[in-house]
Amino acid sequence: MLLITCPYCGARPEIEFRGGGEAHIARPSDPAAVDDQSWAEYLYYRSNPKGVHAERWLHVHGCGRWFNAVRNTVSDSFEQTYRMGEPRPDATKERR
Amino acid sequence: MASDLSAHSFRLANGGRIDRSRPVRFTFNGRTIDAYAGDTIASALLANGIHLVGRSFKYHRPRGILSHGSDEPNALLDIDRGAGRRDPNNRATVVEALDGLAARSQNHWPSLDFDLGAINDRLAPMFAAGFYYKTFKWPRTFWHRLYEPAIRAMAGLGVAPTESDPDRYTQRNAHCDVLVVGGGPSGLAAALAASESGARVILADEQAELGGTLLHDRISQIDGRAADTWRAETLATIAARPDVIVLPRTTVFGYYNHNHIAMVERVTDHLQAPPAGLPRERLWQVRAKKVILATGAHERPLAFADNDRPGIMLAESVRAYINRYAVAPGRQIVFAGVTGSAYQAAADAKSAGLAVTFVDVRDPTQCGEEVGELRALGVEVLTGHTIIGSVGRKRVAGLIVAPVNGPGDVGAHRTLPCDAIAMSGGWTPAVHLFSQSRGRLQYRDAIDAFVPGASAQSECSAGAANGTYDLAATLDEGWRAGAEAAGTTASRSFAVAPSTRTDSGRARSLPTDRDADRVRAFLDFQNDVTVKDIKLAVREGFQSIEHVKRYTTTGMATDQGKTSNMLALGIVAEALERPVPEVGTTTFRPPFTPVSFGAIVGQARDALFDPIRKAPLHDWAEAQGAVFEPVALWRRARYFPQAGEGMHAAVSRECRAVRSNVGIFDASTLGKIEVVGPDAAEFLNRIYTNAWLKLAPGRCRYGLMLREDGFIFDDGVVARIAEDRFHVTTTTGGAARVLVHMEDYLQTEWSDLKVYLTSTTEQWGVIAVQGPKAREVIEPLVEGIDLSPGMFPHMAVRVGRICSVPTRLFRVSFTGELGYEINVPTGHMRTVWDAIIKQGAPFGITPYGTEAMHALRAERGFIIVGQDTDGTVTPDDAGLGGMVSASKRDFVGKRSLVRPDMLLADRKQLVGLTTADPKLVLDEGAQVVADTKAPIPMKMLGHVTSSYWSDACGHSIALALVSGGRARLGETLHATTPSGFAAVKVVTPVFFDAEGKRVHGGLEHV
Ligand SMILES: [Zn+2]
Repeated sequence: MLLITCPYCGARPEIEFRGGGEAHIARPSDPAAVDDQSWAEYLYYRSNPKGVHAERWLHVHGCGRWFNAVRNTVSDSFEQTYRMGEPRPDATKERR
Repeated sequence: MASDLSAHSFRLANGGRIDRSRPVRFTFNGRTIDAYAGDTIASALLANGIHLVGRSFKYHRPRGILSHGSDEPNALLDIDRGAGRRDPNNRATVVEALDGLAARSQNHWPSLDFDLGAINDRLAPMFAAGFYYKTFKWPRTFWHRLYEPAIRAMAGLGVAPTESDPDRYTQRNAHCDVLVVGGGPSGLAAALAASESGARVILADEQAELGGTLLHDRISQIDGRAADTWRAETLATIAARPDVIVLPRTTVFGYYNHNHIAMVERVTDHLQAPPAGLPRERLWQVRAKKVILATGAHERPLAFADNDRPGIMLAESVRAYINRYAVAPGRQIVFAGVTGSAYQAAADAKSAGLAVTFVDVRDPTQCGEEVGELRALGVEVLTGHTIIGSVGRKRVAGLIVAPVNGPGDVGAHRTLPCDAIAMSGGWTPAVHLFSQSRGRLQYRDAIDAFVPGASAQSECSAGAANGTYDLAATLDEGWRAGAEAAGTTASRSFAVAPSTRTDSGRARSLPTDRDADRVRAFLDFQNDVTVKDIKLAVREGFQSIEHVKRYTTTGMATDQGKTSNMLALGIVAEALERPVPEVGTTTFRPPFTPVSFGAIVGQARDALFDPIRKAPLHDWAEAQGAVFEPVALWRRARYFPQAGEGMHAAVSRECRAVRSNVGIFDASTLGKIEVVGPDAAEFLNRIYTNAWLKLAPGRCRYGLMLREDGFIFDDGVVARIAEDRFHVTTTTGGAARVLVHMEDYLQTEWSDLKVYLTSTTEQWGVIAVQGPKAREVIEPLVEGIDLSPGMFPHMAVRVGRICSVPTRLFRVSFTGELGYEINVPTGHMRTVWDAIIKQGAPFGITPYGTEAMHALRAERGFIIVGQDTDGTVTPDDAGLGGMVSASKRDFVGKRSLVRPDMLLADRKQLVGLTTADPKLVLDEGAQVVADTKAPIPMKMLGHVTSSYWSDACGHSIALALVSGGRARLGETLHATTPSGFAAVKVVTPVFFDAEGKRVHGGLEHV
């Protein structure tokens, strides 16, 4: 079971959390202006890297807050967790 | 000398750790076995001259006890502690002897001594590697009907108990600085060092006593004290320190992410009369800052023909039985092996007064001074020999050996008579937990074994688990690991005399002059895999150990090949003529040893297995004789049968009451979310498909919510209580996920909106009063709210009091009738409910359940999200296109609604179905097709989502999702029934009160 450090509560066991998929995928500000392919990419396309991955987590059975984390998908080690709105750490590459 | 069958006939006169003042009696296959406290079942059986304890998995060969620990592959027994306390597949080597316990052997019929399944042994050529894959592959239907049941019946090991387990199991979470796994010499030294600095330490060992090999070491002196004295003193020192937990009988079975360790503590099985209140087992989940793996090593067997006869054991185990249990596994023992440790075992056997011969199967150039030393004790030592086979059947009677004169040149056979053989093919570090931690193993040529390499987690291996076999080095290494784990730099060196014999040769298949294809040398005793099987697999082209393992099943039994893996790997490498590391090693997975279901389940059984949420009126409904149904975690009253009434009659009566007079319904399970803040309306405007900005306070609106992919996610009525306050309702099952969905957008996309979300599901109880008489019933109870239609129209909300209790009173209807949903604080539900029932009695007020509610809403064509939708249904598909605001620039899911796929004409659309036979109620889930004569597989147009008998219509009704459904109105289609197809007509999905006038009150409007 992972040990996840909520930026608001500290280190807690994984069962208190819910994963929310890849982070830093911004919802288009004007969806109507986005073509079908771009919208499909926003909805469904994910980078699924082997290695460092920025992802969303919700401390659902805790403070109820969403935050972002950088996790290595191979080792499962969390390199960093940070609050929503804070910038993507340099370690993770912009996908597009 | 006592007869071989008399009690304790093989018990040595002196020594051992057993308590001779405390006799213990249990039974084995009905026979009484005399033992002492401190015995295991295995040591007690051996003390009574019993070696034959089971039949092997595939060939039903007689099998005995191989080892003295948790690596035992053979001696699996059914253990019965009485009254439902029976479980199979217990290793006799780890179960402690206890008065009254009944042990039974497994996998034989009719008896252990005479087993018909042993015919498999004669048919052995049939059971070669890949036998199952080659034989039972065709025809496919034979697999589950014939092959699998027959194989399982023939090859099964134990039989699972059928009774409910009467014992209690608990679970405990713990945190520590240092977790030491294994209480042998390195583990004790590690715990001693770690605890010295005040670190929080947990020391866990699977055995009843801590000490590991020190428990049967009669010769080593540690820092000038006897090994056992050092053990006892060290343990006492450790245990006396604060913040140290010492756990015997505790197996660390799982090493998971981030140093999350699972272990099971066997609390009461060893107690004659367990104190009330103690659990049988305790599952520990430990989060350790540092883990020290001091798990020791497992001895390997030797691969010679018929190496599996009862009486053939591992050499160190023979030593343990002699020294620790004062048991002679035999009176005439032949030791055979390639290790220095086997020489020590032979010396110990000799000094216990047993007749000993030693066969060294190494190349004579590898032998050292140990040969001379053993000979000096009067033991015949044969060097330069190989083993040809063994004799005996239910007990070994001799070992056939021969000198090796040169490559391929085996000399004359000689049979060494014996009643036990002690073999030692080398040692394998127990790297299971290290491997589970995802650490990388590396091959160490000098010891012909894989040892821990690069760590993946915060752990460290010490002692034999790390390939360090010398006792002094083991202690030093353990100490260093413990000190480092606790963050100190203290160092210590242990003095041990005499020094440990750690030399080891490399055992593979032994030279023989017999036809290798006609003999069987076992590698995996539990799965009956032989050297021949491995070689066949290699001949057939398997090269990776992972593939060989799956093809031959070697190492795949419940012991995970603890004794056999390295030998099997060596044989594969030998056959492929490649070095071991190129063949690879297998991955170990939890659990290290089998774990009871009880420990895993813990308290989560019966009522706590799947907790039931009870609505506030649950007890009342129960007292009324309601029949309940599960809805998410809730139990809801499905209908309220009166005397002699079946479901159909009850539901029809309840529906009729609502349509003609008034019904009352507990709707408390509806999800509720309080949405508050200056931007609350804007927030809802973005979350729902329809518009909210202009909804006036005091009004309600039905809202439809999509996921971003455009599919219906949830729905419910939303009331605007004040300019900045909304009372949102969700489906019963969707409450939690809707809140998560809302929070997600609020926190991550629109963090600029000033909105607060609070779940109020548990705070508001909801009483639905529905029917033409609803207003008359509640009017006298309501204070401060004018219920007249002009002042309180349909889809309005008022705040006031009912029966003096604060209420949010909704005028809404899910039945199509005039209706109210009365929200009151949950604690007041019963008071208000009782008052309404009393007030409604003259009107024939009738409680109704979810079944009537479903039928009533289906008559009006109202969907239930999750029943009439399935996550692939758009608003338009559901006939709710009108709910989608055309003027809003954006809302969640809007963009997806114009993706090309969402606009296809053949999308499944919600329609009504009526059956040609008006009494036929279709099955929900029934498939809908156009042409019953079409070839199979025929095109499926859709399926029935809801289906009921409609009392109001006088015929059955159904809702269905049908491809291009709205263009098929009036068409006849066919729905599957258990007895064939039924003709159905596609209709608009509204069956009653098509104009929707009844919600405005009273029959006069119809
Ligand atoms: Zn938190």
